Amino acid sequence: MGTLPFQTARDIRDAVAAGQVSAVEVCEHALRRIDAVDPVLKAFLTVAADRALDRARAVDRDKRSAPLAGVPVALKDNIMTRGITTTAASRMLETFVPPYDATVVTRLEEAGAVVVGKTNCDEFAMGSSTENSAFGPSRNPWNPDHISGGSSGGSAVAVAAGMAPIALGSDTGGSIRQPASLCGIAGLKPTYGRVSRYGLIAFASSLDQIGPLTRTAYDAALALSVLAGPDPRDSTASQEPLADYMGALTGDIRGLRLGVPRRMLEQGVDTSVSGCFFAALEILRARGAELIDIDLPHASYAIATYYVVATAEASSNLARYDGVRYGFRAEGARELREMYEKTRSRGFGPEVKRRIMLGTYVLSAGYYDAYYLKAQQVRTLIRRDYEQAFQKVDAVVMPTSPTPAFKIGERVEDPLSLYLTDVFTVSANLAGLPAFSVPCGLTPTKLPIGLQVTGRPFEEATLLRIGDSYERDTGWWRECPNL
Amino acid sequence: MPDRLTRADVDRIATLARLELSDTEKDLFVAQLSHVLEYAEQIQRLDTEGVVPTSQVLSRMPADRLDEPRPGLANEDALANAPDPSPQTGLFRVPRVMG
Repeated sequence: MGTLPFQTARDIRDAVAAGQVSAVEVCEHALRRIDAVDPVLKAFLTVAADRALDRARAVDRDKRSAPLAGVPVALKDNIMTRGITTTAASRMLETFVPPYDATVVTRLEEAGAVVVGKTNCDEFAMGSSTENSAFGPSRNPWNPDHISGGSSGGSAVAVAAGMAPIALGSDTGGSIRQPASLCGIAGLKPTYGRVSRYGLIAFASSLDQIGPLTRTAYDAALALSVLAGPDPRDSTASQEPLADYMGALTGDIRGLRLGVPRRMLEQGVDTSVSGCFFAALEILRARGAELIDIDLPHASYAIATYYVVATAEASSNLARYDGVRYGFRAEGARELREMYEKTRSRGFGPEVKRRIMLGTYVLSAGYYDAYYLKAQQVRTLIRRDYEQAFQKVDAVVMPTSPTPAFKIGERVEDPLSLYLTDVFTVSANLAGLPAFSVPCGLTPTKLPIGLQVTGRPFEEATLLRIGDSYERDTGWWRECPNL
Repeated sequence: MPDRLTRADVDRIATLARLELSDTEKDLFVAQLSHVLEYAEQIQRLDTEGVVPTSQVLSRMPADRLDEPRPGLANEDALANAPDPSPQTGLFRVPRVMG
């Protein structure tokens, strides 16, 4: 275990099972690493050290052969943890202590994982940089002046900086894949419904999905095999049988047809990104994949569609924060309505208010047809584009983000410019498809770049196989930031 | 080009969303939301005559589970995060409803 902190979950699990290290030692190591690097990086909002050590002792007692025995795990702070403050990075929930665990937390702990803490994110997962966190941004371990990406930025930083080999994020429009890409790690958004969302603080319910951030495709497969499956507490969790995600990692991608939507790459993509992307395609081709040009005719409408659908759903989901049952309540209101308005105005940050306003507008009388209904129809067209593409190809490859991580503060004045950075990620959410981002290069100034593979519904195994195969010929996943 | 939204629109939406905005926020939102809406309007150029709207993407609807009684959240747990709980009655307390 000499190369900790950058051990994979698989290595830790194997070492714990073999008795080479105890879960407590692994946990202490993770906590020391957090103490050492997190004061600068700010990946965590809460570190649950005592609870983690208790759990690690329990794993050493009776779970040493579990699939994630002793593996430290960090959870995005919009995933409910019984007894551990869960804030969604909002003042609204600053002191909220959930009375129950999310299903994913129960599953991870049953599999022997040890939750070390809760990670920073954009407030209510609304953003692409963690700059919308009420508690300040996380910092990119490759260069702390740059954003971590978002919204699951803290989770990406925790993995990239060696604080935990697995972190969970949620992905509504790219919030797992984009920070994974910007921090140089792997991030998987499963198919809509593949992983239970019971206990996930809702942002846009037709788009939200929980998934893992890891260093390797194998660890993503391992995490998914624990997380995925039906849940009586979430009616949207699918009954679709699970695949053998680890067994799919054969390294063999000969004959797989990969679609390249070249028109999407023609403008707005940083040359460092397109350079790494096309180099990655050559590696996939050399491993036997067939590259086929495809067109996704409605791709350029995806961001507009996404920001109508997502804000509409958010405006409805966030109506629950009214100062009555939980969370913040503003003082000094004389009657109920005034209390609602003061509570919501002081409890929510600017981006959340902006999205609630936008969502309320597109749902309001006179505008519903022109915006919300229209966006739902365009969503159908975007889904059909993929259905047609998947008749010709087995997966679609794109960059994950059009640019590497920008500097903190650079885009806060112009919300639309930040929305536009989601160009390659939102379609998978609109169409409900699985998508996987793996590191595929570094810029000359050493900022990571990601390759994204999108697949047919419930074909995560194919995406993991492609990612794993790519890793075998490249060393990008081994690259670690100098901390 | 004039802003897509007026100050009156922003006031109306804020009322619907139960948000009390400062004058500075209102000015900012008139500009920023107009900018986003102007961008979003590109979807209106598409012909979607007869296209069925997508409101959810599950390929098949989930099976119903049995509707069996089971324990829910204990009253004490439900009140634990309330800003103004009334443990004696087991209720949430709010300011008066009528102005």
